Parts: sequence; structure tokens; C-alpha cells
Amino acid sequence: MLGRKSKSLAADKSDKIGRVLVFIYLALFFCFLVLPLFALMSKSMQNADGIFIGLENFVVYLKDPTLFKSFFHSLFVAFVSTVIVVFLGFLYAFALQCTCIPFKGFFRVVSLIPLLSPSILAAIALVYWFGNQGVFKELLLGNSIYGPIGIIMASVYWTFPHALMILSTSLSLSDARLYEASDALKASKLRTFFTVTLPGAKYGIISTTFVVFILVFTDFGVPKVIGGNYNVLATDIYREVVGMQNFQMGAVISIVLLIPALLAFALDQFFRKRQASQLTSRAVVYVPKPHKVRDNLLLCYCLFITALVLLMLGMAQFGALVKFWPYNLSLTLKHYNFEVAGLGWDSFYNSIRMSLWAAFFGTVIIFIGSYLIEKMRSDKSLRDVLQMIALMPMAIPGIVLGLAYIFFFNMKDNPLNFIYATMIILVINTIVHFYTVSHLSAITAIKKLDSEFESVSLSLKVPIYKMFFRVTLPVCLPTVFDIFIYLFCNAMTTVSGVIFLYSYDTTLASVSSIHLDEQGDVAGAAAMAMLIVYISFLVRGIHTIISTFLMKRTQAWRNI
Amino acid sequence: MENANSYLSTKKLSKFFGEFLALDNVSIDINAGEFVCFLGPSGCGKTTLLRCIAGLEVQSSGTIIQNSEIISDLPTSQRDFGIVFQSYALFPNLSCFQNIAYGLENLGWDKKDTAKRVEELLSLVGLSDHIGKYPSQLSGGEQQRIALARAIATSPNLLLLDEPLSALDAKVRVHLRQELKNFHRRLGLTTVMVTHDQEEALAIADRIFVMDGGKIMQSGTPEDIYANSKNPFVANFIGMTNFIEGEVLNKNVITIDNKQIDFVDHGFTKSTKVLVAARPECIDLTAKNEKNMFDGTVVDVEFLGSFLRIYLNTSIMPNQRLIVDKPMIGNFDKSIAVGDVVGFTMSPTHLNVYEYDR
Ligand SMILES: Nc1ncnc2c1ncn2[C@@H]1O[C@H](COP(=O)(O)OP(=O)(O)OP(=O)(O)O)[C@@H](O)[C@H]1O
Ligand SMILES: [Mg+2]
Repeated sequence: MLGRKSKSLAADKSDKIGRVLVFIYLALFFCFLVLPLFALMSKSMQNADGIFIGLENFVVYLKDPTLFKSFFHSLFVAFVSTVIVVFLGFLYAFALQCTCIPFKGFFRVVSLIPLLSPSILAAIALVYWFGNQGVFKELLLGNSIYGPIGIIMASVYWTFPHALMILSTSLSLSDARLYEASDALKASKLRTFFTVTLPGAKYGIISTTFVVFILVFTDFGVPKVIGGNYNVLATDIYREVVGMQNFQMGAVISIVLLIPALLAFALDQFFRKRQASQLTSRAVVYVPKPHKVRDNLLLCYCLFITALVLLMLGMAQFGALVKFWPYNLSLTLKHYNFEVAGLGWDSFYNSIRMSLWAAFFGTVIIFIGSYLIEKMRSDKSLRDVLQMIALMPMAIPGIVLGLAYIFFFNMKDNPLNFIYATMIILVINTIVHFYTVSHLSAITAIKKLDSEFESVSLSLKVPIYKMFFRVTLPVCLPTVFDIFIYLFCNAMTTVSGVIFLYSYDTTLASVSSIHLDEQGDVAGAAAMAMLIVYISFLVRGIHTIISTFLMKRTQAWRNI
Repeated sequence: MENANSYLSTKKLSKFFGEFLALDNVSIDINAGEFVCFLGPSGCGKTTLLRCIAGLEVQSSGTIIQNSEIISDLPTSQRDFGIVFQSYALFPNLSCFQNIAYGLENLGWDKKDTAKRVEELLSLVGLSDHIGKYPSQLSGGEQQRIALARAIATSPNLLLLDEPLSALDAKVRVHLRQELKNFHRRLGLTTVMVTHDQEEALAIADRIFVMDGGKIMQSGTPEDIYANSKNPFVANFIGMTNFIEGEVLNKNVITIDNKQIDFVDHGFTKSTKVLVAARPECIDLTAKNEKNMFDGTVVDVEFLGSFLRIYLNTSIMPNQRLIVDKPMIGNFDKSIAVGDVVGFTMSPTHLNVYEYDR
């Protein structure tokens, strides 16, 4: 009687709930990521009547020199922007992390402002500065801002904070002992920079390169506003789909856009792994010592960069307020009336609503998903699949995802067809588009929790879901707030993800801004873009207040 | 085999991690109210065995019986035990009170009873003053006791401890293991503790299960496994042992280096190669010329407080130094210096003999 065997897991109620949830997540990812991408791919291999024709569309694409040229345009602007941003960003990060300049807090905050604005804001500001009626038009020596110059300048502006964040982190990890050793060997500051600082930030630089490259390569808003006749892949997709209703060609270009993005993503992951192994023997934190010449030079540099950021922002706001640029510079609020139908305040409110939904549901879904992947006891292989899928959205350009959504949800026999052209599809698309970054920060926070909490809870007969609300969630509250804010700001500013998905009732502020610009109302576009900046500021401000006051109460255990 | 007093037992318990066999047919039997230790080197499967008992790991085959019930198929939440982990796993955002009350609340205890029970437990572990503090405000030892209080709050009938002392520094560890022992005396709770520290196990366990490579190598009282180690692994792992090669001459005599030592029925057949195990304190240094005396050269002497540890080079242990412990009191007055040639004898009653297999 006693020789009984039991190989299966004796499942707790908590385990069963977990398993059901894992299946739900897999189903959701399948419906809202895998199948749409599949629909996109099959579309690229169909003719206009929906008949499978293999790679014929791709052949057409390659044979069309004007279409194919856009590919090189995209590569070119992405490459040049990346080089500039990595250089400028590294210097800025170096000034913040490795020198003794004053006002570091101010510099940091200002440099992060572009994160709160839609990428088109920079493009609009550039129009005011260097456009046909621009203040400094002459500085371009006869070149037009509408084209690669404008795209690159605007791209540098909005990707700068992305670069800065990665570079700052990698520089902040530099090991003080290496600097001491270098000092002890009487190496000059310059030599120390080349032998210690630069190699230490190597992986940070590599990672920044890939991230910025993908951002610019796949961006839609900036080239749309300031690209002029200079076509890039993202604007080609838009033109094929919206302008010419040639969905098949749209799908083909999407795949052409997707492949380099995937490649860059894969390389980035590879180098990140290398870096992680390099960081295991974490070191003494480096505290910089003053160095007059270096510090003064870099202070000037930081002032210069922050001035540029503020000038861009200031010009956009100024442009939104003047009566008739550049002839009548008296101030007015009339551009905030948004007289073009369907693109007015409604779209602004829609944006806020959409962003709140996306931030709320996104935070809940992403946090619970990360918890399942990290802490469940069973179904290891299913969880691995889930983790892999959760990384995918990062590699998929917003415009590609948006197009994939149309193809999939617009199919007549799709039971999910009812979400097409509603707020729901915008919310879902936004959550999926920005899933990975939030997912990774949730995973990091959950990994820090003691691995035995679940065991303790089970031994005390407390179900895991109760513990989740009693312990896991409160302990991770700061991360949860961060994810919420991240999703909110991105939902407010995103263009590429939703450009195909809004309907007459669900226009969004960022999309409105583009359309206002398209119709020649640049001041209106600037006004709308600035509204987005202000609301993002406001929400960030509320976030700061919450984290200083409410957190003090709920997180009291943390810093005693 | 069936033991009337048995509270917890495993029958032929095995556990695979993929291809790796972490537990190999483990059968143990623990009496009600006993304090037992699972002792063994790192990676021998102690924690795995404990986690199987708790249902946190699922055995690949075999049965676990607790209180005459087969529990091996029950999920963790339906088993009756309290557990303290090496990391304590105290919930950082809950105060001591809330941590201890955590399991009670879920059982539907009302506020007053909960408060009373928590206070009772806190005074039991001697931390009544710390009721409102958070774990990060407590020392390691205090955290350990809070974890203990939390584990027994719901009055389980079995207490499992996974290296509860290993995160503490040496002094606190010795103190707390006495506390643990007292605690067990007062409550009479069946307790299983995992440790890799043999001194700790010897000091507090009623019974020890020595493990290696997923197998139970020996079980018994501390005195028993120390004095009568069943195999060279145990003899070596518990305390120190000199292993000396010898050969069986007849059923009562073993030859070592041409000297004949008398045993009473050692149980090996003639000409078997054997290992004779001698604890350092069972070797007598002698100045007189006795029968069966060996000699060796002193190569090192360590003064360890209550005794001297003397290392000898001797022909009977060609590859290793023989270790002799000599109490600082008694009849041996001559001080010993490196380079001295000394004689020593071994009393057969204190020796263990194992088959020599290479
Ligand atoms: N989840 C797991 N997956 C694979 N192998 C495991 C797992 N858990 C334990 N093992 C392996 O099983 C063996 C026994 O592990 P166990 O944790 O029981 O050792 P231990 O005796 O507690 O050691 P220590 O004293 O180091 O805690 C080890 O070799 C370990 O690598
Ligand atoms: Mg262990």
C-alpha cells in the first residue's frame, strides 16, 4: 500500500489559478501580437484580390527605384542621427556622471523633457526656426529644412533622452578602483578617459547605438512633418496604405522595415547579455574629483544642450501663441480653438482617456504577467514561451504593429472584429506596443523579492493571490507607479502605433497634430503638441507628489 | 520495521531534477517530539528532502507519511507544518506583529485572539519589545526568532528549519542553537533541521541523519554516529578521523605495519584489506616502551586551548599526517616539540574497522 507513486504536481488552488492565467496570457498574446503579425505577412504575399502569389510583391518592390530609394533614406537618416546622438549623449552623460559640474539635477530634468513630448514637436519647432518663414533660415546656407536635415535634427532631439538614460546607467556602474589604479599609475586624465571610462561604457554605447538606430529607422511622425519629398520607409507605408489603398505594398514595406529592426534588436540583446556577465562582480561606486578645465568646458556644453532643448520647446509654444507667423507676432489663444473639424479638443480628451485606460490596464496586465513568469512553480516551459513573447513587441515598429492590427481586426470573419475602430483597439495596441520595457522593469522588481515568500505563504495556508496583494504589490509599488507613468506618457505621445487605427470618434491629440500640420495649420499643430507636453508634465507632477507623500506612508519600512 | 511512535516517515523517496538524482531511495523515520537534523555536505540533498516533506518539491517516487496519513500527494497548503528558511523570508513591508499574525488572519481569528496569540509568541521568543518594528530594523538573530514565531503561530505539529542559523555570525549561532534547543524542550514540537555544520547537529539533535549524494549514510544519536560511524564517509564527516590501512590476520586480530592489534570479533574474513579508523583523542602518546606501540615524528603542534593537536609523520599512514589530540590536563607532562620522535598506542575498543575499497 505504501509503494504508491506520485509524479504529478500536487497542485494548490493557487497553482491552478496561476496555470489558468498563463493560458489566458498566451491566448491574449496570440490574438493581439502573433496573429496580427501573421496576417501582415500573409497580406504581403497576396495580390489585390487576396490570392496567394508568393514573393511577387517583393519583386515589384525591389524593381521600383523610388520605393527602394526610401530604404536607403531610412538607413541614412538613422545612421547619421545615431552617430550624432551617441556622441552628444555620451558627452552629456559623462558630464553628469563623471565630473563635478553644478546643477546636475537641472540638467538631468531638462534633458528628459523630450520624453514628454511627441516626436513631431521637434519637427514643428524646427519649421519655426528654419522653415521657409524661419528665423534662422539663412543658417542652412540655402538648404531646405524639409528633408534629411530636418529629420536628423528632430530625431536627435527626441532620441537624446533615450540615449542619455542608457549611457548614464552604464557610466554610473564604473568601478572606482579602476580610477584609483589609473591615478596611482600617474595616468593623465585624458589617458584615464580612454583606458578606463570609455571601455567601461562600451556595452552602454553599443546598446545606445542599436536603440537609437531602431527608434529613428522606424519613426513615422518626424519624417511625416518635416521630411518634405524625402521619403522614408515609414512614410511610404503610410502613403501606400492611406493614400493609394495599396495594402499589399504597405505590408511588403512593413516587412522591409521590420527586418533591420529585428536584426538590431537581436544584436542589442546579444550585447546586453555580454554586459550582464561583465557586471556580476559589482564594484565600488566612483565619486568624481573636481578638475577645473574639464568641468568648466562640460558645464558650457551642458548649458548649450539644455538651451537647445528649451529653445525647441519655447519656439513650439511661441509659435502656438502668435497670431500669424511671422507677420503678426502679437499673442493670441485662437490656435487653441482647433477650427478644423474632428481634430479639436475632443481628440485631446480622447488621448487622455486612451492613455489612462492603457496605463491602468497595461500596468495591471504587465505586472501580473511578470509575476506569473517569475514566481509560478509549475509549467516552466509555458512560462518560458510567455517570456519570449513578452520581449517581442520591443522589436516591432509601431507602424508595423498598427498595420498588422488593421489587417487582422478588419477581417470580416474575425470574431474580434467588433473592436475595430473603437477605443479598445487603440488601448490594446498601445499596451502591446510598449509592453516590453515595462515588463522588464516589473521583472527586475519582482526578482528582488525573496524567492521563499510564496513557500512561506503556502505553509501558513495563505493563498498566493492573497499574498500578492498583501506583500508583493505593496513592496513593488514604486515600480508599479513607474510603469503607469511610462505607459501614460508614451500613450499620449505615440503617433506611429495609432496612425492607422483611430476612427472619426477616436482621433487622438498626437494624430490631430499631424493632420493639422498636413492641412497647413502649423500653429494649431504646435498648440496641440504643447498640450500633450503639459498634460504629461502634469501627470508626472502628480506622480512625484504621490511618490513623496503617499509613498512615505506605504513604504515606511524601506528606509529606516 | 513499523515504529509505533513514528510521526513522520518517508519510504523509498527519490527525486530527480532532470537526469540528476537528488534523492536516492531515502527512507527515514522520525518519532513524535523528536529533534532531528539532516546533516551532510553541500549539495547532498538535505534541502530537497525537507522541501519534499513540505510539498514545495514533488518527489519522483516514494511516499511520505505524517501522522499515519500518506501526505505525498497533498499540496503544500494542505500539509501540517511550519517552516523557517535560511533567508527567513520575512515580509519586509509588514511589522513583526503583522508577520506573525499573517497566517492567523487567514484562518479567521478575530483581532483580540490574534493580538493575544502574537504577544504570547513574541514573549516565547523573547522579543516582546519589538512588536511594531519592521524586519529591516531587527538584527539577524532577532529576524530568525520572528520567523520562528511566525512558523509556529498556527500551531503546526511539525517544524521544519532549513539552515536557520547559517546566516548568523559564529557567537550568535552558538547562543541561538541553545535557544532553539530550549524552545524545542518547552514545546515538544517534532522538529527537523537541515544543517551542514556537524558541530551544530551534534550539539542539539536528538537524532542525526547523515546524508551524502542523495542517500542516508547513517542515522542515530549524536554519540552513536560519532563513536560508531558505520562507514568511512561518516567517520570522516563527523569530527576528525585518522584512517590507517591494515590487514585481517584472523577474526580477532588485525595487523598494522607488522604489529598485531587485538579486536573482539571485528567481523571481517582473513586477508581482507581494511581501514582502521582512530579518532585523534583515542590515540595515546606514551613514553614507555609498550607492546603494539607505533612511533612517529612530530611535524607540527597546534595549541587549541583545552587541548594540543599534534601532527605526526608515521610509517602507518604514509600519505597523510596522523592527528593526535592531547588534553592539557592529565599525566603527560613533557612538552612536545617539532622534531621529537614519540610513541603512541591505540586502544582497540575505540577503533572502528571498515573494509578498504579503493
Ligand atoms: N530546482 C532544481 N533544479 C535542478 N537541480 C536542483 C534543484 N534544486 C536542487 N538541485 C540539485 O540537487 C542537489 C541537492 O540540492 P539541495 O538543495 O538539496 O542540497 P543541500 O544538501 O541543501 O545543499 P546546501 O548545503 O548547499 O544547501 C544539488 O546538487 C542541486 O544542484
Ligand atoms: Mg540547502
